[in-house]
Order: sequence, then structure tokens, then C-alpha cells
Amino acid sequence: MVFTVSLYASLIIFFLGLIYRGGTWFQREAGFYGQKMSASERFFSALKSMLAVIFSTKIVTLLQAFVLDVLLQRKILKESVLRWAMHMLIFWGFILLLFMHALGRIVTDALFSNYEPTLNPYFFLRDLFGLMVLAGVVVAVIRRFFLKIPRLMTSSMDKYAIGILAVIILSGFLLSGLKITSKTEFSNMAEEYAGWLSDEELQALESYWVSDYGLVSSDVTRPFEADVLDQGKQAHESYCAYCHAPAKSAFASYSTGKVLSPAAGAMDRAGFVGILWYIHFLSCFIGLAYLPFSKMLHIFSTPVTIMANAVMDEKKSKPENVATRQIIELDACTHCCTCSLYCSAMMGYEARQNTYILPSEKIAPLKALAAGRDLNEAETRAILEGIYLCTNCDRCTVVCPSGINLRQLWLNAREKLLQQGPAEPLVLSQLSFVRGLNRKKTPADSYPLPLEKADNAVSAKYRPLLDPERSIDLTPPAADRQQASGFENTFSYCFGCQNCSTVCPVVGNYEDPQEQLGLLPHQIMCSLGLGLTETAMGAKMIWDCLTCYQCQEHCPQNVNVTDILYELKYMAVAGVDEGRQNHDQAGGLR
Amino acid sequence: MMRYSFFIGCQIPSRVPQYETAARAVLKKFGVELADIRQFNCCGYPMRNVDKKAFLLSSVKNLALSENQGLDMLVLCNCCFGALKNAEHIMAEKGPLQDEVLGKIREMGLDYQGKTRIRHYLSVLYHDTGIAAIKKQLHKTYKELNIAVQYGCHALRPSTVTQFDDPVAPSLFDELVAATGAKSVDWTNKLECCGAPLIGTNDALSADLFSRKREAAIKAEADFFCTSCPYCQIQFDTVQQMLVEDNAGQKPLPSILFPQLLGLSMNIDSQTLGLGANKLDISKIESYLSKDKE
Repeated sequence: MVFTVSLYASLIIFFLGLIYRGGTWFQREAGFYGQKMSASERFFSALKSMLAVIFSTKIVTLLQAFVLDVLLQRKILKESVLRWAMHMLIFWGFILLLFMHALGRIVTDALFSNYEPTLNPYFFLRDLFGLMVLAGVVVAVIRRFFLKIPRLMTSSMDKYAIGILAVIILSGFLLSGLKITSKTEFSNMAEEYAGWLSDEELQALESYWVSDYGLVSSDVTRPFEADVLDQGKQAHESYCAYCHAPAKSAFASYSTGKVLSPAAGAMDRAGFVGILWYIHFLSCFIGLAYLPFSKMLHIFSTPVTIMANAVMDEKKSKPENVATRQIIELDACTHCCTCSLYCSAMMGYEARQNTYILPSEKIAPLKALAAGRDLNEAETRAILEGIYLCTNCDRCTVVCPSGINLRQLWLNAREKLLQQGPAEPLVLSQLSFVRGLNRKKTPADSYPLPLEKADNAVSAKYRPLLDPERSIDLTPPAADRQQASGFENTFSYCFGCQNCSTVCPVVGNYEDPQEQLGLLPHQIMCSLGLGLTETAMGAKMIWDCLTCYQCQEHCPQNVNVTDILYELKYMAVAGVDEGRQNHDQAGGLR
Repeated sequence: MMRYSFFIGCQIPSRVPQYETAARAVLKKFGVELADIRQFNCCGYPMRNVDKKAFLLSSVKNLALSENQGLDMLVLCNCCFGALKNAEHIMAEKGPLQDEVLGKIREMGLDYQGKTRIRHYLSVLYHDTGIAAIKKQLHKTYKELNIAVQYGCHALRPSTVTQFDDPVAPSLFDELVAATGAKSVDWTNKLECCGAPLIGTNDALSADLFSRKREAAIKAEADFFCTSCPYCQIQFDTVQQMLVEDNAGQKPLPSILFPQLLGLSMNIDSQTLGLGANKLDISKIESYLSKDKE
């Protein structure tokens, strides 16, 4: 009764969950690009494109991806043989258990006429498959909790996934091990299949089972006489053997039974067989019902992602299909952290301790944003910084075992956050290179917005200081003077020859350089000499600096002009940066 | 046999992969062995504008990785080269930031003492292989080909830090180009910035600087730009293509990467050199090749 009710309940939750999650694939959007379309338009567009692939030569590519990357998981193998072995053991072990054990009466029965779970090879295979999963889980536990792999983060979802698998498999082994030892189970079976035997014959059978089948019983005592065992064996062969392979074939369960045997009698009497049975099937049903909401959904979303990316052409794909795929991709991430192990910007993470700089850690907040959840200000700034502190080297995309096109995902999600989010000073760095290369994809009126926001946040407060009409206090406050001498102080060697401004290609580009740039390099050096650090920080010149080092190279006084401009940029950004570094204290999303 | 750790940075694998394949093919012919260190990360250059610590940590981590394998580093990108060189220079001084960076590096089980020599690809060819040895490997030479070499700022300057060549009158790149039979033309903006550092932050200024360079190179009757840096190459190739699209009728001046130029005259096939991967068509370069050596 409990079994049936919980089975159907979990199946209903499972299917409703799948429909819900599948529905979000067509409703949500991860980023900025792509026209807004209704869910049904997106669904039919995806359907149309899928059918177009199936009835074209691309079907070969699709099947190839399915066999090599989904069934054989070539992408994980490229990364690490051990991890591939781990995942293959869990994946194949579980799939085979599902079909041969859980759905044995439906699937295996239909395929093999002689199927009985207690007959070989099935009896043996069940243990083998279970042990495969267990071995994989052990490797996963070691990898996640014992090897100190830098930047490999373990979330509560990862713990849940490992935990539910471990509970299912361990309860299974304990259950079958205890059943082997169980006198109650034996008596029930004897009654059902050999109820007409005499007491003496039954006792002989029991002795034989204690001797050879791992049964634990206090009703018969060792040592057994040879003729008793013979009699028991005869009864066994007549009534049991046709349907029961030797218990030792289920080698892992048999060994478990042997380990349990000192306590087996007491456990049997206390009803542990029933308890373990409940734990086993309930954990299976919880895993099933929760699957659509857990990272185990990747058993559906990852194959879809791998196959979609195998046939989708980045330049030709319809934007609505890219939008749909990107939402599936967010669900396809297994948080294996391969991307973060090789992320080129990893030292940016080490310097700033913002976990969202790591690609694997960006997925959760992007999912939350796609679901329309509002992040608090600290979170929004952290994810924006995290997604912008990226050198666009594409390594994450190359190594992702789930085949996610992370490169395109970042580009898309980044633009949305830049447009809608707060000012991000990183926009003023060479990290903007790729955004600039892609500028034609962004509407002309939206493109400059993030730059303007960043400029405002970083420099706006210093701009009024540049007013030529302003009277300058030549004895500036002590704090200002101190700041100026806190870094590169070679500006004090400047004798005002203006070489730096003469050779500067940026200055040379303008008819009216001072209007465009605020202060020219030599004027910045002069300002610093006067202690007017903040005035210098307001000059647009520092952000339009190419860092070509012409000024510094040509300075007859060895003033490190370019390096000084760098320091001014650091100081200008520091004013904005304060308070946004330790976003983790504000509470992470995971 | 020379052996280096091979530092290709971020732009080359994602946007100029032909630079890597061409450079590998050429270096192989000269017996230069390259070790790939998978744990290399960004050189720190793109973060240098806004975060000194992230820049230094990135650079020093790479140097430490190479040092711990006892290898000097061969760098293809000028901006990576400059960043690594500047980081080395900064780390040579004492200070709280340096201590913090060293501490982090040691936490990672690495050590940094500044032993690794940072070498630019062109320097290795010029100083270690040598012009004479290069000429021996040539199967064909270019005839009547005018090349505008783009040195790139971050290799040349600050010269006290990069120690690449004479910052005012460099000749290394010109001599390497001349070795292939091509003529390295004298052009006015030769030593100036390509404009790439401002792509994405001030695109108009970046385009102005490039256009000026283009005009100067055309005036000097150059047939091609020749680059040794992915940033310069992207500016001269990818961005120039965008600019040409915007200005109908403008004739582009295509850009070839130095190992492509050299590789062709060494008889390395154009597939390996990735000529087709350039955005602007450079196939006509092969018409300048002639069998008879000088």
C-alpha cells in the first residue's frame, strides 16, 4: 500500500516536474540578444529546426554525438580517465539497475523469457551493477571531499546527488544481504514453495541453506552431518534451485550478509528487512520525484545540450533557438567545475575572492536571474563583476564535459546585466576588448550605456575639479598630499618639457585635446606635483591612455608617466570598488 | 635543442588560432621544442587597468609555473610579453603587494624567484636561431613585396623593462622580414600603437589611430601589414574588415602574421599556416614568392 501510493505519487511529481522544467526551457531567457517571442513560438521553432536536422545529413552528426558524447562520454574522457571511469560506472551501473532490477518485470521480462531476479546471470548482475554505482560514488566522494582540488566547489546540490545515490545503493546491498541471512525470509519461502515437506526435511533444507546459502538460524546447529546436508541438498534441488541461484553469485550481498551475520538474527527479529526495504524504495522514489528539480535533471538536459551544440551553427542559428538552448544549458551544468579548474581569469578570483568570477559558480545566479528572481544589490554587483572579469579565451567552452556553449552564454548574459545592472568599473579595462569586437551586435543606442555608467561612477565626482575657472588651493589638505606620495612619485622629477604630451598619440589625435581629455599627460604630472591628485583622477586622459608607453619612453627626466596613469586609475576605481569585494558575506545564492 | 614553455595567452586560441599553428610549424623547423603548460592562465594584461593585484597574481603565477619546470618562456603576444615583463620588473622590488602576491603563489604550492627568462617569439628567432640559419631554411623568397612591420608597443616599451630592441630605432623585426626577401618599408607611424587597447572602451579613438596607421602604410606603398601580436593582428584584420564594411569603397590593407610570412617561404603549406583563417584575404601574398633565392 505504502509502496504503491508512494510510487504513483513520485511518478506524478516526476512527470509534472519534467513538464514544468521543460516548459521553462521555452519561457525563460538568459540574456540580452534575441527577439522576444512567446513560449509557443519558441517551442514550434525548436520543433521545426529539430525536424529539419532529423531529415537532413546532419542526422549523422547528431547520432555520432549521441553515441560518442552521450553514451560513451568522450568529453569527460578527454579531461580525465579517472573521472570518466567514475561517471561511466555511475551512469551505466544505474541505467542497467533501472532496467534490469527496478523495471525488471517490465523490461527484462519482455526481453528474456527465463528472467527471474534470483536466477543467474541476473542475480549476479544486480550486484555487479550496484557495485559499479557504488565504486563511482566512492570516487566522487574522494574527489569532492578528500582531494584538495583548487577551485573545485561543492554545493549542497552536489552533496544531495552523491548522498541520494549512496543511500539507494547501500540500502539495497544491506537489504539483500540481510535477506540472505534472514530466517523469516527463509521460512516464508519454504512455506510457499515447499510447504508440503516434513519437518525433518525442512530442517535438513534449513541446515543446507545455513551451510551453503548464508542463512543465519538458531534452530539448527553446526556441525551438520553429511547425510543431513545431502537430504537438504536434495530438497533444495527439487524445490528451490529452479528458481534460486547460489547465494554466493550475489557476491556483494552475500559478503554483506556474512558481515552482518553476528547481528543478523536480532536484526531479522527486529524487522530490519522491512525497514531497509522502506528505506530502499522510499529513497528511490524521493530521488525520482526530486529529479526534475535537482542537478540529476542533467540526465535529460545534458544530452540535449550536447546534441544541440553538435548541429547548431553559431552564425546561422535562429536567435529564439539559441535562447531556448541557453536555458537548457543552464540546466545541463552538472557543477563538475572543469571550467573553473582551467579558467584563464582564475587569478582574478584569487585576487578578489568573488566566487562568481569562476565560470562554474556563475550558473546558479544566472539561473536565478533567468527565472526572474531579484537579486539584492550586492549579489547583482558580484555577478556582474564575475561575468565581466573574463578574458574571453573560450577555454571553459572547450573543456565543458556537458558541451555547453559557455562563451555565447557569457556574452549574452553579460550584456543584459551591463544594460540593466549597476555601473561596473571593469568595463573601463581591456576586458572590454571582445565587447568592442562584437559592438555591431548591440543596438547603437545601448552600446555606450555601460561605458557611460562606469565613467560616471568612477570619475564624475572628480570632474568639477577640472573647471579651468576654479581657483586652486596651492596648499591642499594633508590627506591629498599623502595620497599622492603613496605611489610612484617620479612625477616630482617633471620639469615641464611637455615631451610626454607631444609624443602621445591620443593627444595627437585631437584638434582640441584638452577639451577631449581634461588634462594632458604633462598637466597630470604637474597636478600631482601640486598635490592635486583628485583633479588628476578626473581627467579622461587616464582612461583614454593606450598604455603604449611613448610618454614614459621619451621622458628626459625618467618620470614613469604611464605607470603613474595606471596608479591613478587604481585610485579612481578603489572609490567605487569598496564594499563590493566580500559579497559572500551577504549570503550566496547556492 | 632549445626548449621553452609556450605561452599563447587568451586571444590567440580563441580569435587568432592561425598564429599558434603557424608559429609552431616554423619553430619546429628550427628545432625549438615547446612545452605546453595547461595550468597557464591569463597574463594579467586585461586586468591591469583596474586591478594591480589581479594583474600581478596572474602574471607571476605563470612565471612560477614555468620556473618550477625549469623552463624559459616563449611568448607570442606582445601584450602578454609586456605584462609578464612588467610583472617581473615590479616583483624585483620589495613591497607589501609583492609580499602578498608571493604568499598567494606559495599557498598554491609554487615558488617564484624570477629565474624564468621571458622571451618574445621574434627575439628567439632573431637572437637564438639567427638570420643566417633562417635563410638556410628558405625554399623561396619574396620578390618586390613591400611590408609595413608593426612592432607593437608592449614589446618595445618601456625599453628598460622589456629589453626587446632599440625603442627609437628598432631593427629586429625589419631584419627578420628582410631575410625572406621582402622589403620592410619605412613608414611614419611604424612605432605607434595599433589602437587595440581602446577597443571596447573608446572605439572611435581606436579606429582613428588605426586609420592613421593605415594611411601611412599605404603612402609608403606597403602591400601588407606584418604583425607579431594577436591584438595588433585583430585590429588590422578583424576590425579593419568591420571598418571597411562601414566605409564602402575603402580598399583594405591586409595584414599577415610574421610566422605566416616566414612559413610560406619555408615551404610550409598554407593550410598549416592558416592563411584562410585571416579575415581579410591574404592569398595574393603567394604570388610574390619566387623559387630563386637571392
